[in-house]
Amino acid sequence: MKIIIAGGGKVGATLTRQLSSEGYDITIIDSKSNVVDDALNRYDVMAVQGNCAAASVLMKADVQRADLLIAATSEDEVNLLCCLTAHHLNPAIHTIARIRNPEYSRQIYDMSDVFALSLTVNPEKQSAKEIERLLRFPGFLRRDTFANGRVEIVELRVNEKSVLCGSRLNNLQQLTGCSVLVCAVLRNGQAIMPDGDFVIQNNDRLFVTAPTSNLSVLLKNLGIITRKVKKVMICGGSRISYYLAQRISQSGIKVTIIDKDPDKCLYLAQNLPKADIVCGDATDQSFLENEGLADCDALVSMTSIDEMNIIISLFGNMNNVPQVITKLDHMENSRVMSSLPLGSIINPRELCSNIIVRYVRALKNQAGAALAVHSIADGLAEAEEFRIDESAKYCNVPLKDLRLKKNVLIVCINHGGQLIIPNGNSCFEQGDTVIVVTGRRNMVMQFNDIFEV
Amino acid sequence: MNYRRIGKYIGYIWLIEAVFMLPSIMLSLADGQQAAMNSFLISMLITLSLSAVLIYTCRNAKSVFTAREGFICVGLSWIALSIMGCLPFIISGEIPRFIDALFETVSGFTTTGASILIDVERLSRGMLYWRSFTHWIGGMGVLVFMLAIAPKDEGGRGFTLHLLKAESPGPDVSKLVPHIRGTAQILYVIYIALTILDFCFLVAGGMEVFDAVCTAFGTAGTGGFGIKRDSIAGYSPYIQNVCTVFMLIFGVNFSCYYLFLNRELKAVFKDEELRTYLAIVVVSIGIITVNIKGFYPTFEETLRHASFQVSSIITTTGFATTDFDLWPSLSKAVILCLMLVGACAGSTGGGLKCGRFLLLLKTLRRQAHQILYPNKVQVVRSNGTAVPEKILQSINVYFSAYAMIIALSFIMVSVDGLSIPTNISAVISCFNNIGPGLDLAGPAYNYSMFSDLSKFTLIMDMLAGRLEIYPILILFSHTAWKRA
Repeated sequence: MKIIIAGGGKVGATLTRQLSSEGYDITIIDSKSNVVDDALNRYDVMAVQGNCAAASVLMKADVQRADLLIAATSEDEVNLLCCLTAHHLNPAIHTIARIRNPEYSRQIYDMSDVFALSLTVNPEKQSAKEIERLLRFPGFLRRDTFANGRVEIVELRVNEKSVLCGSRLNNLQQLTGCSVLVCAVLRNGQAIMPDGDFVIQNNDRLFVTAPTSNLSVLLKNLGIITRKVKKVMICGGSRISYYLAQRISQSGIKVTIIDKDPDKCLYLAQNLPKADIVCGDATDQSFLENEGLADCDALVSMTSIDEMNIIISLFGNMNNVPQVITKLDHMENSRVMSSLPLGSIINPRELCSNIIVRYVRALKNQAGAALAVHSIADGLAEAEEFRIDESAKYCNVPLKDLRLKKNVLIVCINHGGQLIIPNGNSCFEQGDTVIVVTGRRNMVMQFNDIFEV
Repeated sequence: MNYRRIGKYIGYIWLIEAVFMLPSIMLSLADGQQAAMNSFLISMLITLSLSAVLIYTCRNAKSVFTAREGFICVGLSWIALSIMGCLPFIISGEIPRFIDALFETVSGFTTTGASILIDVERLSRGMLYWRSFTHWIGGMGVLVFMLAIAPKDEGGRGFTLHLLKAESPGPDVSKLVPHIRGTAQILYVIYIALTILDFCFLVAGGMEVFDAVCTAFGTAGTGGFGIKRDSIAGYSPYIQNVCTVFMLIFGVNFSCYYLFLNRELKAVFKDEELRTYLAIVVVSIGIITVNIKGFYPTFEETLRHASFQVSSIITTTGFATTDFDLWPSLSKAVILCLMLVGACAGSTGGGLKCGRFLLLLKTLRRQAHQILYPNKVQVVRSNGTAVPEKILQSINVYFSAYAMIIALSFIMVSVDGLSIPTNISAVISCFNNIGPGLDLAGPAYNYSMFSDLSKFTLIMDMLAGRLEIYPILILFSHTAWKRA
């Protein structure tokens, strides 16, 4: 499949890495020659230098023969024009645009027959949604939802005091008192797909599959004390902060946003009547203390500088803020980060590229494509949800009799709303949906790919 | 420095080379040449076992490949390839001395076609086939071949573009399709198709099948190893003309053929490099035909020899139908200049490349204009688009390196005390991967009279010329080997 990615910025680069490793024919368009050179040297792709909204440049990128155009430049207007032009040159093309300005969302919906966009993505809005979900269940570092929100894969960090430390996975059910399954463990920067004899150690990061309804039981039994988040401090008045404050203040959570820029503060104060807006330097620790950091249930570091966010989060952790969320734009995959107590790490462009990758896969194989794709364990593993259709092999065969590929686990079977955390005797039937976790190296595009040939 | 990764690639190269020795074994077996067959068998076993050791010890290599490692890998692979390639000659005793066998093999892989053999026809058919085959695989590049047949994830991941860049000739190598593996495959498909076409034309002209295979290999790689003492001179005029045309065809940028297949004819015919190349060919043929009037009985023969020699030299093939060393000075001067210009970028030919030559001229013109109009902002254009300054600069530097290497090699080869035309033409001829030079290095002679030092110098020249200097040059730079 031929894909054109317009704009080699943050989202563009993440997408390029992800999609080129999946073997698509990719052409990048960017106006800067160093971005183009860099893409050529790092990935197995073509690159065209120029303005991606110009027809001549799109022609150079062979838009007539492309199947999909992803416009991910930093300008909404350029993205829209790019998609419009591409559509004019090749009416059969699918287009995805990154649209960040909320002012446009309405007209894109109304003018959908003009723009003909297949999908729009908004990294900031997506991040805000994600953070909101994390705040609902403090204690988990990450939550990925499947089966219409009924099943989740949550991330937990094991510390010395935890009851989990030193226990074997076979005993997990007794410890947690509910049916859960550890689908991946991140240890020393490596993702492990564990079996029953696996022993949990200090500092492991566990990825646990559980029905959403069991999450609070799980937290309670693991001795992770949680209380409802009532007060949140957000450092940095970015667009994500705006979306986030808007969402959570509706549900009665008290929000304080701190930003250095007086104009930004004024704008936020005008548009967020329920939130407290404070103008000041969030890296100044005494300032944060004065603003009542100690009373906060959650701290969200959301400035535009990664390093600053790390410092703020470390300080929050030192002050025993129960939940810390850090936004990182560049350093999300660094192993140093996972050794620091930064709490949950949010990476807008990764969220955004996950959505697009799922769309691309669905486009590639219309039938049998994943319903949901989430990359977990720092991108080293992937969780995918599939619907079992007629083409699926081994229906009604107990799992213990199946030969799955290495590093593939079936972690949940959704049997018409009844959620089964599977054991060797479970089996799946037509019409079920199944959640599968695979190591990054396995390419699972369709459900049948999980079986050993 | 990622030695394991490089080791793994060299292991694969040897594996491919060992497989390529199979046809020679069969041929020797069919001819009943026991000694030749044994030598190929032994060489193949040695190559295979070394390759197995390398692949096994380096099996856990990291997949990261930097620009530096890419270039070092290409330089080392070619040396590794040549060392294993010369084994059959040594073991069979047909070329007993190591330096001679290495010279012959490097000359083969770099598509030079310079030979130290006094009498080619004494070699067994297996050896002749192997010699010509090295031209073919060296023409497009063995690493490109490896990228083409590599498993999908191996050939595509990471930084292998550096390999293609380092091995393919030309100032600005670009991919034809998004995947490097696909690009390598397209190049090889075009290459194989054209070689088969050439073979068919030769056989249609009544050439023996074996001769036609070897000649087609030599033409396709723009190599120039003849399997007869008098190169192509003994064959019919038809065959000579077929060779002339196909040498020119293999001297054209292969991306032109790709555009041609995609029906973008306009882009092909408007290509400035192709136009320059053809213009140089036509003008040179004209000058030489007029200049050598009277040397041959008929005008047809004059034109045939003039065009054959021009096509053979500009594409850096080095076949001959006549001894151009006997021609008047003007013709010899034209031939010597053609040696320097070389074929098109992205072809199998060597030399400075028409594309570079054209850009050098344009830069020169710009510089002259700049003196007249100091405030004028000028860009150099090629095919209508502005060429980035970075590329222009790299071409200028390349040209200086090119001149310096010629000068240095000339001095080293002159130690032997042969005539100046011999020495300078031998250096130019080897460095540009042509084969024959002038005087004692001319088409009627061979390179056996040079000393070992000169042969070594010329071997390095051939490698540097084929790989466009840098991959070989950086092997001598200590910073390349430092730990990062």
